[in-house]
Amino acid sequence: MQAIHVTLPAHLRTLAHIDGEVIVDVEGQVTLRSVLDAVEARYPVLRGTIRDHVTLERRAFLRFFACQEDLSLEPPDTPLPEAVVHGKEPLMIIGAIAGG
Amino acid sequence: MSAVRVLVGTRKGAFILASDGKREKWDVSGPYFAGWEIYHVKGSPADPNRLYASQSSGWFGQVIQRSSDGGKTWETPGGEAMPQPGSMPAGASNKFVYDVSPAAGKPLTTHQWYDGTQHPWEFKRVWHLEPSLADPDTVYAGVEDAALFRSTDGAKSWQEVPGLRGHGTGPKWQPGAGGMCLHTILIDPANPKRIFIAISAAGAFRTDDGGNTWKPINRGLKSQYIPDPNAEIGHCVHRVALHKSRPDTLFMQKHWDVMRSDDAGENWREVSGNLPTDFGFVIDVHAHEPETIYVVPIKSDSEHYPMEGKLRVYRSRTGGNDWEALTKGLPQSDCYVNVLREAMAVDSLDKCGVYFGTSGGQVYASADAGDNWAPIVRDLPPVLSVEVQTLQ
Repeated sequence: MQAIHVTLPAHLRTLAHIDGEVIVDVEGQVTLRSVLDAVEARYPVLRGTIRDHVTLERRAFLRFFACQEDLSLEPPDTPLPEAVVHGKEPLMIIGAIAGG
Repeated sequence: MSAVRVLVGTRKGAFILASDGKREKWDVSGPYFAGWEIYHVKGSPADPNRLYASQSSGWFGQVIQRSSDGGKTWETPGGEAMPQPGSMPAGASNKFVYDVSPAAGKPLTTHQWYDGTQHPWEFKRVWHLEPSLADPDTVYAGVEDAALFRSTDGAKSWQEVPGLRGHGTGPKWQPGAGGMCLHTILIDPANPKRIFIAISAAGAFRTDDGGNTWKPINRGLKSQYIPDPNAEIGHCVHRVALHKSRPDTLFMQKHWDVMRSDDAGENWREVSGNLPTDFGFVIDVHAHEPETIYVVPIKSDSEHYPMEGKLRVYRSRTGGNDWEALTKGLPQSDCYVNVLREAMAVDSLDKCGVYFGTSGGQVYASADAGDNWAPIVRDLPPVLSVEVQTLQ
């Protein structure tokens, strides 16, 4: 079991009533998919807001970063960097800057 | 003691404006869901403390909010974490999945795109929430791309009412400038199995069996902007309204033209009469006078503001054709706001209150059926929708 740090956009923290940092426990391999599964299991209201309900594809205006790498286009089962696995760096979920 | 609650959806959150029955002093609360687009907020006729709100964002998609205390607190139905480890959370209150099962009848996969090609149905947002007249946990949702959904568990889960898209004309539906939205849902108060809906740009439709089967009801509509102006499908209907005492009489603000039907939509006739322009978005009916109707004329389909910079509500006491301008308290110079299709409502007090919101963030109210107007608020974000609850 790994404790994974995740940062969320402010709107999603508000929606899920999250105050501060999100740390989720992930069993097995730590990937985008397994971390997002864990986040959605802890906060069901976030289902559909990061990934499509049915296809589980990333919503178009969101991006995933870790260790200064853009992981947005990586396959969902790609292992995340070791620093994320060991809780030293967060998986960052970031809204695209598009005005409004 | 009677009271009024005005539910306002804006580009950047929801607001609740509350007053006693005098409608002179208002308490403003909000923004709720700050920063999100709130297309619609509406209360249940069966339980006025039960409210539903459509919250959406280009980044994060659709969220449905529910209140059981008149808007003091809100929850995302089914969105709470499960208390037992290992149990599966639902989180389906924002899950709008088009019905593709064979049992659905004739599920459609494409509609007409702007360029005339066929385009797959893609869920974008909920435009309108219409609670059941009798059950606070039953609510309909009109969505973009156009379809009708229903929840019977207080918005925890949604199922498409498939007969609407399945009845056969779907490939001819096309988006208007605002998207291909199902915006109007009217439940016949005398017969809840009869429901009217309207779609931009497809037209109006009716079911008489609770949603299993549907028919287009657009005979008499004429739209010069489509290849066949008299076509059965393709009309850009902006809004339809009815009075609860005469549910067979419908009033429509079409893209251009104000229309009327006296046979539940079977036939329409134009009642634009002496309006200075018959383009517009809103239309509504006086709470106690079924032949008194209101519109806000907008200059044209490319100039979305009042003519001559004068914000005027027009009232007809004859069910159309003969209109009078209502101007007292409304800006009569340099006013270039729009009033969107969901942004007018009436209360049921005596005298009837009339309310509308603008793209400039004003919400205007009249406590005397339109004779005099005053802003409740002037500086909200652009207003998308206005609904009113009359509380006893």
